[in-house]
Amino acid sequence: MVSITTRDASVDFPIFDAKSRSLKKAVLGVVGGNISSDTKVPIIEALRDINVDLQHGARVGLVGHNGAGKSTLLRLLAGIYEPTRGTAVVEGRVAPVFDLGVGMDPEISGYENIMIRGLFLGMTRKQMEKRVDDIADFTELGDFLSMPLRTYSTGMRVRLALGVVTSIDPEILLLDEGIGAVDAAFLEKARDRLSDLVDRAGLLVFASHSDEFLKRLCTSAIWMEHGQIKQQGPLKAVLRAYKGPEAVLDEGHGAA
Amino acid sequence: MRKTLADLSGGWRQRELWGHLGWQDIRQRYRRSVLGPVWITISMAVTAVALGILYAGLFGVPLETLLPHVLVGFIVWAFISGCINEGSEVFIANEGLIKHLPSPISVHVYRLVWRHILFFAHNLIVYAVMLIVFPQPLKWTALAAIPAVLLLMVNGAWVALLAGIVSTRFRDLTPITQSIVQLMFFLTPIVWIYDDLINSPNPAVAERARLAEFNPFLHFVEIVRAPMLGNDQLVRHWVVVLVITVVGWILTLVVMRRYRARVAYWV
Repeated sequence: MVSITTRDASVDFPIFDAKSRSLKKAVLGVVGGNISSDTKVPIIEALRDINVDLQHGARVGLVGHNGAGKSTLLRLLAGIYEPTRGTAVVEGRVAPVFDLGVGMDPEISGYENIMIRGLFLGMTRKQMEKRVDDIADFTELGDFLSMPLRTYSTGMRVRLALGVVTSIDPEILLLDEGIGAVDAAFLEKARDRLSDLVDRAGLLVFASHSDEFLKRLCTSAIWMEHGQIKQQGPLKAVLRAYKGPEAVLDEGHGAA
Repeated sequence: MRKTLADLSGGWRQRELWGHLGWQDIRQRYRRSVLGPVWITISMAVTAVALGILYAGLFGVPLETLLPHVLVGFIVWAFISGCINEGSEVFIANEGLIKHLPSPISVHVYRLVWRHILFFAHNLIVYAVMLIVFPQPLKWTALAAIPAVLLLMVNGAWVALLAGIVSTRFRDLTPITQSIVQLMFFLTPIVWIYDDLINSPNPAVAERARLAEFNPFLHFVEIVRAPMLGNDQLVRHWVVVLVITVVGWILTLVVMRRYRARVAYWV
């Protein structure tokens, strides 16, 4: 069964500057018996006491200001960061889509990149071979797919990445925003595919600043502030609390 | 410990991924060159022949003795040094992947070891050619080279894991490790012949040569090289290698248990 459960999960980052990260300092610190505050590594509390309980079928939007901990929370939910305190249990195959560029190699062809990206997202080689034609169709890149990725424009890269990402069958889909830089006509096409992808996913967590996207894809929401969950619940209630009256206004327009 | 073992076995299950990436790394390195990965073979041949001729002259040893010795020693050394040197950077180099995709950290290590196995296989072509030019007295005991190479790989994995985790935390360890490995090349009987020094008429030389027994790399090189050249095989080297394998893996598992989850925070 697909689920994500965290209990009082916290994520603390040690910030090693060049000095405290070096062996010299660690060794000298011990030898000198000087374990005072200046040898201690400063810590950033990125997430504190996170409690979420997401089950199959959940469609969760993540809202909050920049630096509120949305991306870190996504990585906690993905299992990339294991909590420094508390627990996080992730059941199911996770497909994180945080950065369209990661795992892409500029020197190899579009086709090869499709394969590698798919393998990274937990697909098998066979599954990807079946999908390659469909992805090629969607990206409209034609003969460019056999060219090295470095010859692509930014927009073409985004097309390719979106094509692969939206072709998979994830159990848990974690989406971070920043899927832009494509022309409007293509974006409309991508939206349909994104919606399809979300429908296939057992569980969705989507971090975004776009109310429109959130309303389209999510039913509930988590509001992050200063690394803590400020509020979680139905999407509309959270958006109203987060954005104030204007969110209600939007809703009125939407209904009309 | 359960999570540590899950990391190792989960990474192993992603063979398709790291297998593909390992090949990719090799093709990548020689992309757009006419000969491609054949360059691995050629550069090994050139190095071994040049060093063989040079040291045969310096030590006054016949070329047909020294060249095979240097070649096989060098092929083994290329694997060992590759696993250690690149191991100490393995997580730092894969920072982007580690922070964006939830995969077991062992995936990156398997990819690295697999890449060096492929290098090793390319270098075996030079060995095959050498067997034609300088035939060796190979017997059925040469088959011992197979478990020897397997042990080499099993050790490459723990060394890369351990070096990777520790040097992700302490960045100074990468250059330190690399200098030590470079130094160890000269302290390991690759270009020089251990037995010749041990049996040297000069007792001071013989005494000093005996210190090489403390060099763990000597034992790894010996268990592979002796069968491949049809030399006498000594149980002693096998025992040392087996002990290192067990102790090394236990140490690595203990370190992984405590610090595996920290790697994503440290990179």
